[in-house]
Amino acid sequence: MKKVNFHIVKREPMVWYKNVLVRAVAIIASLLVSAVVITLLTGKNPFQVYASMISGAFGSSLRIWSLVQNTAILLCISLAVTPAFKMKFWNCGAEGQVLISGLATTAVMMFLGDSLPYPLLIVVMLLTSVLAGVVWAVIPAFFKAMWNTNETLFTLMMNYVAIQFVAFFLKYFVKSGSGVLAPMPEHGLPVLFGQSYLLNIIIVAVLTVLVYIYLKKTKHGYEISVVGESENTAKYIGINVRKVVIRTLVVSGALCGIAGLLLVGGTNHTISTTTVDGRGFTAIMVSWLGKFNPIYMVLTSFLIVFLQRGAGQVSTDFRLPSAISDIVTGIILFFIIGCEFFLQYKILSTKSRKEND
Amino acid sequence: MSATAAIELRDISKYFGGKAANKNVNLSISRGEILSILGENGSGKTTLMNMIAGIYFPDEGQIFIDGKEVVIRSPRDAFQYKIGMIHQHFKLVDVFSATENIILGLEEKGKFDLKSAAQKVKEISDRYGFEIDPMKKIHEMSVSEKQTVEIIKVLYRGADILILDEPTAVLTPQETQKLFSVLRKMREDGKSIIIITHKLHEVLSLSDKVAVLRKGEYVGTVRTAETDESELTEMMVGKKVSLNIDRSEPKGCEERLVVKNLNCVDREGVKILNNVSFTAHSGEILGIAGIAGSGQRELLEAIAGLQKLNEGEILYNNPKTGECDNLRDKTPMQIRDLGVRLSFVPEDRLGMGLVGNMDIIDNMMLRSYRKGHSVFLERKGPRDLAEKIIKDLEVVTPDAKTPVRRLSGGNIQKILVGREIAAAPTVLMAAYPVRGLDIGASYTIYNLLNKQKEEGVAVIFVGEDLDVLIELCDRIIVIGSGCITGTVDARTTTKEEIGLLMTKSTAQGGEA
Amino acid sequence: MLAFLVSSIRLGMAFLFGSTGETITEKSGHLNLGIPGVMCVGASCGCFAEYLYLSAAGPNANYILAVFIPIIATMLGGAVMGFIFSFLTVTLRANQNVTGLALTTFGVGVSDYMIAETGAVYSKGSRFFTMSFPFADDLGWFGEIFFSHGILIYLAIIIALVSSYVLTKTRIGLNLRAVGENPATADAAGISVSRYRYASTCIGCAIAGLGGLSFIMDYLNGNWEYCIDAIGWLAIALVIFTVWKPGLAIIGSVIFGALYIASSYITGVSFASKEIFKMLPYVVTIIVLVFTSIRDKKENQPPQSLGLAYFREER
Repeated sequence: MKKVNFHIVKREPMVWYKNVLVRAVAIIASLLVSAVVITLLTGKNPFQVYASMISGAFGSSLRIWSLVQNTAILLCISLAVTPAFKMKFWNCGAEGQVLISGLATTAVMMFLGDSLPYPLLIVVMLLTSVLAGVVWAVIPAFFKAMWNTNETLFTLMMNYVAIQFVAFFLKYFVKSGSGVLAPMPEHGLPVLFGQSYLLNIIIVAVLTVLVYIYLKKTKHGYEISVVGESENTAKYIGINVRKVVIRTLVVSGALCGIAGLLLVGGTNHTISTTTVDGRGFTAIMVSWLGKFNPIYMVLTSFLIVFLQRGAGQVSTDFRLPSAISDIVTGIILFFIIGCEFFLQYKILSTKSRKEND
Repeated sequence: MSATAAIELRDISKYFGGKAANKNVNLSISRGEILSILGENGSGKTTLMNMIAGIYFPDEGQIFIDGKEVVIRSPRDAFQYKIGMIHQHFKLVDVFSATENIILGLEEKGKFDLKSAAQKVKEISDRYGFEIDPMKKIHEMSVSEKQTVEIIKVLYRGADILILDEPTAVLTPQETQKLFSVLRKMREDGKSIIIITHKLHEVLSLSDKVAVLRKGEYVGTVRTAETDESELTEMMVGKKVSLNIDRSEPKGCEERLVVKNLNCVDREGVKILNNVSFTAHSGEILGIAGIAGSGQRELLEAIAGLQKLNEGEILYNNPKTGECDNLRDKTPMQIRDLGVRLSFVPEDRLGMGLVGNMDIIDNMMLRSYRKGHSVFLERKGPRDLAEKIIKDLEVVTPDAKTPVRRLSGGNIQKILVGREIAAAPTVLMAAYPVRGLDIGASYTIYNLLNKQKEEGVAVIFVGEDLDVLIELCDRIIVIGSGCITGTVDARTTTKEEIGLLMTKSTAQGGEA
Repeated sequence: MLAFLVSSIRLGMAFLFGSTGETITEKSGHLNLGIPGVMCVGASCGCFAEYLYLSAAGPNANYILAVFIPIIATMLGGAVMGFIFSFLTVTLRANQNVTGLALTTFGVGVSDYMIAETGAVYSKGSRFFTMSFPFADDLGWFGEIFFSHGILIYLAIIIALVSSYVLTKTRIGLNLRAVGENPATADAAGISVSRYRYASTCIGCAIAGLGGLSFIMDYLNGNWEYCIDAIGWLAIALVIFTVWKPGLAIIGSVIFGALYIASSYITGVSFASKEIFKMLPYVVTIIVLVFTSIRDKKENQPPQSLGLAYFREER
């Protein structure tokens, strides 16, 4: 037998500043590793690289707007997956749910844009995109609730079905054959104070507060927590678990629907198969790293978007492929995921052996 | 004790957090002998056997095998000394066949050959008279077949000393008889068998010697041929200990809950409740005594609307409306909607009664959060309730916002019982509410239950400590293998009487 | 028709590598959603190694080296990804879904970087991988189907067969399946759960990485222009489709390959409707998933502890 000379025990929750400290150390460590990687690839001084990152995120008012806008979209999708995750329903299908509602929005813009009065158009856009998101989320939820079908794999597959729908739509309706649908800003969401992203940001800010309230202050949110923590307890107090699963995925899908609306109606005004651009997956990490708390998620989504924008700038400044931002994001995620361990466990040497368990 | 003993324990002690689980236990068993270890729940039988099987390490004392002192640090060490233990909870992989489970983790030399392994399994089972298909998958097997696989697994590894932890708890009488004949054959084969049990007739019919444990202490070993049921019962339950729990006379007794002919089977088709009938009166504490796992949990869960029944009725006489409702096949919600005020303190406190990661306030809401038509939670009431329970029951906690997981067992239980009582129930069911609690916390719970009784609540108390049952309850029903084996008046009964009823084999005798 | 079948096989084998790798991983209880990333990284390492070797060897490049250097580089790259996954989920106890997705993000980044940096064209290297038996042409359709392929196609089938054998017929396979089904039981039987999970994940990722290489070097003839993460997701889908049996996956992968390219061979449907046909592999997978869960037959279910962590002290 191998001699093990240490063991791992769960620790009491840390005081908040230690908590912050561990995470800060992880982020700094990950930045160091990323800097090494970038320096190896470019031969540039890492400080220049950092400077370029910061300028990429905050360098001009346009960049700041773009930073906040991207944070808002990512946050919105993260908010959408959070109720499901809190219930331990692994919804990996936000990508498809957002995309399909984006498609619904696009369709409304294309076909009803000229015939409906503008306010009514917006209402129809909202309704159809929410409906599309809900349908996409409820299908796997139904099978999960009834037959315990693995939701992780189901939702993953639904993503690709959605992508193919979009591909079909583009090929079928874009007559030019280019497969690129020209933006339709005239049918998009209203522009407030001349700032095209302002409405998105306001909507997501409101949603953040609403989701926070939904999860923490309402009976539904309470039921979600109980089901997620212990299905046994949920049954003991008479919660209908199936109903809660389906209802929660309706909420989750509806929020994805809004995200699709903001992405298509409020940002791109068109759709392609890469409109969501992996945000559905990044959102899962945002939500998880933010401990399913919408307020913390503001920070985690901001952090990730900041890194991506910054790394994007690095790639422009140093003539590197833009993919460098994904690599850096990946490295940073590894560190943040890894550091959770040190927040929850401590390593003891075997001398202080436990005998009382 | 002879030096040729196959295994001998000398002055073995084991402490968990300063509390002795085993104290100065001496045992010995020869080749070709069956030894029973007899004791109530919590008497330290399983802990003792786990030390032989290498799962725990003794704090004091020595273990000898064939006269030589040995050190057993892991199950692997135990295998080397040819010791094999069959645990109460089977450790089998469901989708594997019997043979695959049996050879799992073995590091045999030579080619991996399932066929010859299956052949060997067949040989072992033929030798001892097991009936098993080596290629059958575990998930297609009955409980007794699974147990057979566990036994063959141990024999396959060449064990000479077999330890069986409550092997008959899951078996029908016929299966039990079969198992016993197999064990007798093994005895003839020169194996040493240790069987943990609390069923007296099994002890008497099977074993050569009986060692009795009581609350971790070693009481003694007797030869089966030289003893009888009443001596063993007395050794097992000991002299009556006075606890001085206040007990008032029940008043204003009305029939509150009438349970008639409950029958239910578990997922494997094993009968868990067999024609259970009783009546709980208001203003009375009804005790339920029995070996753990005799159907107590299912009985309470059936009343609470959590367990499907195959037969029977649960009638509730509503004191407010005077109506009589049948609670069978109703969900907990429907029961509540009928106006039945039923509170339930389940056995599994953090897995069922409370949510460990939620704070005290949120746990208070579990029962009451639906109140009102608002979509929002109302936390003021629960907060006040939490504060009140913390104060009244002297719960030790930093504040009401602490997750209950971080409290001690006694404080967790105070919160659970406090919440259930706060709902002003007419029926209060409590399963093992003082398990794992220290004396002070236990008395707090006794007092709470007594106070409920005085307020006219029908209290149902499932317990394991007979001294407590006798001093706290008014009437005690005894349950054994899913049947009611007797009902006694707590004021006049003795521990021996209950002990005998608990271990009485009703399944063979038929009706209670 | 023949060309269709041959293409299905060539594409299918990329799925087969991925699904064999993922099956081995999942059998240990690890749900690795990083497979798309692993395939990207594997392909990048392999292509980069090929690029280095060919520039060093010039016209003297020899077949054995030109094939095995990239294969080994790919497997190493995949194994490193598997190690990162295992380190985070086993040693640091991180959530498997989140870790897998981070792995995918990282891997996609690496491959996009490769595409942009090295010019994306590996047709020179691809030549070695598509080289087939010289007598294939003499055997007509038979030769076309069975002998016209490059080395990776045969390697995929061999690996799948060997994996199938190891999983079902050897002690290691038995122990591995026990770890994925019921780690507590495996632990009690003296099997090191962590060691098995590390090993199966690293080996599985090494194999999955080859799927990326096969897709680029064989199916695409070295013209690497877009990200191949979709291939990775399909490989995961194939694992479900073939109910965790690598042997069955050999046929399943060809079916998947056929479904994936059917749209370009079907005549008489519109250009757009072809996109609907591309949905087929995913829809079929969903149907299989739903069907197996409704039927609830034990043998066809995912390993019971799939996606769950195992820590002895939290039993």
